[in-house]
Amino acid sequence: MAHIMFTLNDRSVTVDAEPEKPLLWVLREDLGLTGTKYGCGMAICGCCVIHLNGDAIRSCVTPVARAEGKTLATIEGLSRDLSHPVQRAWLELQVPQCGYCQPGQMMSAACLLAQKADPTDADIDDALSGNLCRCGTYPRIRRAIHRAADIAVGKGGPQ
Amino acid sequence: MHLERIMAKSSNLPDTYQRSPIMRIKLSFIGSLVGIALIGGSGKAVVAQSRNDADARAAFMEAFKVFSHARCVNCHPAGNAPLQGEDSRPHASLRLRRGADGHGVFAIKCGNCHQAQNQSGLHMPPGAPYPLIDGAEDQAHQGEPRWHLPSAATPMVFERRTPGQLCRQLLDKTKNGGLTPEQLVHHVNNDPLVLWGWNAGEGRSAPPLSHAEFVRKVEEWLDKGRACPR
Repeated sequence: MAHIMFTLNDRSVTVDAEPEKPLLWVLREDLGLTGTKYGCGMAICGCCVIHLNGDAIRSCVTPVARAEGKTLATIEGLSRDLSHPVQRAWLELQVPQCGYCQPGQMMSAACLLAQKADPTDADIDDALSGNLCRCGTYPRIRRAIHRAADIAVGKGGPQ
Repeated sequence: MHLERIMAKSSNLPDTYQRSPIMRIKLSFIGSLVGIALIGGSGKAVVAQSRNDADARAAFMEAFKVFSHARCVNCHPAGNAPLQGEDSRPHASLRLRRGADGHGVFAIKCGNCHQAQNQSGLHMPPGAPYPLIDGAEDQAHQGEPRWHLPSAATPMVFERRTPGQLCRQLLDKTKNGGLTPEQLVHHVNNDPLVLWGWNAGEGRSAPPLSHAEFVRKVEEWLDKGRACPR
């Protein structure tokens, strides 16, 4: 077991865990944050995306030891009051169908928007092609990312 | 950035290339020429110990068996996305992009899935760490993966290169990441991404030469005058 410290959703966290334990299971089992989902366990589907120092990592294959001293954000930490532009756009456009993949979709979208405030369709494809949605909500995800970009620059009024 | 550190480190190596040019001149009288060449930009004279173009080409052709193996080619693609598998097919179903620094773009960066070590199990993401600095773990990148493609500015394409094309590319500092021959040897001898080829994880073949034999062939190619296959 190792003593591992990091910042999670703006709070300091210490966990005792095997260094190789995937972050996903530390989040879900040890810290009770079940918003991050288990999909494939092989870094393919994107259900488990969280932010590690701003990067959209796959927590199902990331050993918790990599989090030492770093800053993490999960879907629960995007904002507590649903004010994040991605959350607002997702709600406004009612993006989810079954919803299982959506935490990962939203975390990847937030990562994209943090790096490119006004992404093109090609940017969205580049950023989110690794997030699979069995329900096929891709058209709404694309619209929601464009909408979130507008909200973020103050164009948040009704469409 | 790390390449610069590797290069700075390699300039202090107790490498045979670093010896005095006078000490390095060894005449060979039978069927070979003494070759003298300057390493561009380094200011150090490098003397081929016993130039023999045929031997140099033969050594490169052996090393080429490694350079052209899937473990090397897959991250030295002709396009802007990595390849995977023994057949060097496009990487999974993702729309992957090299990005300016070779580490991917936006929410799809190499290190988002690939770790500092291989993941156990078939079809799991392989991984490799940053190189050691003076024999110790690089504190700035502790636990971080270094999985990436060459940068967009210097893509160092291996895919579909003929032996002659790849040979000339490896010697061209404008196309090889600025490496001098001794730095090239240091790279193939020490870089964790190169070493990973012989520890590639479950279900992935290793190149046909051992790592030690590969390094010897690269050194032999350079020592014998670094002639390139046509």
